Amino acid sequence: MSSFGIKNEKLAGWNRPPVFESDGEGELLEVAMGPHHPSTHGVFRMDVVLDGERVIKLKPVFGYLHRNHEQLGQTQSYLANMPYTDRLDYFCSLTNNWAYALAVEKLVGQEVPERAEYLRVILAELTRVQNHASTIGFLLQEMGASGTPLMYAFREREKILDLFESLTGSRMMCNYMRFGGCRVDASPAWIEATRKVVAGLPAFVDEFERFLMTNEILMARCQGIGVLRPDLAVNSGISGPMLRASGVNYDIRKVDHYGIYDRFKFRVPLGDHGDIYDRYMVRMLEMRESISILNQALKDLPAGPVMDPKAKIRNFRPKAGESYGRIEAPKGELGFYLISDGSPNPYRYRVRPPSFINLTVLEDMCLGSNVADVVLIFGSVDIVLGEVDR
Amino acid sequence: MLGDGILKGLAETAKNFAGSFVSKERMTTVEYPEERLPLPEAARNFPFLVYDGDDWEKGLRCVACQICEKECPPKCIYIEKSKDKKPDYVGKPQIYPAKFDIDISVCMSCQICVEVCPFEAIKMNTEFELATDDRFGGLLLDRKQLARSNEYYHEIHPTEASEVDARLAEEKAKVEAKAKAAAEAAAAKAAAAPSANTPASAAVAKPQAPVEAKPATAGKAAEIAKAPAMATAASEPKPVPGTGTDGPAPLTAEDQKNAETPAKANAREPKAQGEPKE
Repeated sequence: MSSFGIKNEKLAGWNRPPVFESDGEGELLEVAMGPHHPSTHGVFRMDVVLDGERVIKLKPVFGYLHRNHEQLGQTQSYLANMPYTDRLDYFCSLTNNWAYALAVEKLVGQEVPERAEYLRVILAELTRVQNHASTIGFLLQEMGASGTPLMYAFREREKILDLFESLTGSRMMCNYMRFGGCRVDASPAWIEATRKVVAGLPAFVDEFERFLMTNEILMARCQGIGVLRPDLAVNSGISGPMLRASGVNYDIRKVDHYGIYDRFKFRVPLGDHGDIYDRYMVRMLEMRESISILNQALKDLPAGPVMDPKAKIRNFRPKAGESYGRIEAPKGELGFYLISDGSPNPYRYRVRPPSFINLTVLEDMCLGSNVADVVLIFGSVDIVLGEVDR
Repeated sequence: MLGDGILKGLAETAKNFAGSFVSKERMTTVEYPEERLPLPEAARNFPFLVYDGDDWEKGLRCVACQICEKECPPKCIYIEKSKDKKPDYVGKPQIYPAKFDIDISVCMSCQICVEVCPFEAIKMNTEFELATDDRFGGLLLDRKQLARSNEYYHEIHPTEASEVDARLAEEKAKVEAKAKAAAEAAAAKAAAAPSANTPASAAVAKPQAPVEAKPATAGKAAEIAKAPAMATAASEPKPVPGTGTDGPAPLTAEDQKNAETPAKANAREPKAQGEPKE
């Protein structure tokens, strides 16, 4: 934990804002990065104060994509909110579906059939693979490797999206899970196609590793940059690959065993330094673990129904109560909090978005680094603005 | 050596580049307007209304129950109920939508309307080239623009459509069996009190006989009376386009022939197979 490569000792006090003083030569420069900066995947602004090349202050400004998601959820039925959860993190709509379904199932004490649980795991892990692949692609794009790595990642992602489309009908806005199972059953042809895609994934990860892992430019730009300390990460509620890259062993799949994750053998990759390179590597290794989970799940996928026959689609009125369902989404802990007062729509509906909370430490990671690194650090957080602004 | 990693990475790029000339799976793109990927069967875009038969207005399955309007998350459906009624696929008089608009600029293709529809009346289309220069009118589809035939539904979602058809045929058979049972019960009741009913049924049977004067058609007339129940039983996979819309419409001779042919073909088949053995 010592070789962080931070030049400025003033960063050491993590729990108070670091004080930077101008060296008296020239003036501070205020730059508004965004709202349409090419580095961002959505609409986002960073107000950066620079002293020469060095970042002194950084204020993330978001809300450009705010669309009242939580209020909308409170004004319509539980089912009608399901397609809106697709649009939170549009890269991983299936994990969003799952987290929301989990919250509602907890609220009403709904059981989920075995086969549906397996299908959920398969889809969630496929989502994780495609999300991490494209995140890495975007990260490298922001590093200046424009095109090639991103296109390699998207080539693989496209195969997974084709699977989603042939099962759920839509590539990204899947709207697949229901309270008490899944909407449609997977055909044997689909399972076979999934097996084929999963069998091809290790080759892709290998290729990606050969392609970039030892690349000197990547190492020079990533190692020791944007360090997030484990204590700061824990205290600010960071979750997901970002937290694990800082060396904190916390994976909700292991902690909560939601769904049927206690049946699968997988390891949780951990970083050591908490820098951009660790975040990149943690994602690479997580893809490998996801592939292993996928192989296990596809091997013992049982037959049976995918929907609890007692589950209600229309006139769904849970009894009064509250519940919090959370899963390990590709970006971190995604949670849905619901309070029901017995009416067809939730009394209170709240989303705990991993992107939004992971973004809160952006300033702490960026202070003292060059302005060119800000884009890179931002890319390594892995956010989707649809989820940040909601 | 410094630069090792970069060279290794470039070797991968070169492999991909050269490979794209040789192997087909490395060519991952298609030239869209000229070349199209086939859509998967489950693909969905915007909803359409299914109708049976040839006349879209008569055959619409929708009964304007407004469940989809209520459940639609972005509220893009607008329905006005009709004042009068028309017979639905089992022949029961039902309200129909006098107005059924979907604003596809609002619709988010979530398929919830399809899931909640109890009448299999609304399904998802796969058309996606819907660009128009009329921003408001062009994207607000009325019921005529939304109506698509059942054959079209079979074309885009074959598996799902045949499942739906089987379900509808089953339902119809059930309704008819029930009606038949009720009629028989009524007949039995009438038999118990014989004086009232017999002349009436004779009066019903009589007008048919003179129309088809030949004695051979007498049996046919009896068949016609039984026809609706038989037709559904014979042509179950294909749910009788044309019937239903006008209620218990008299079947034509051609329809009966159609209903009979599958049975005949089946009867012939084993013989053809059996011949070589002999």
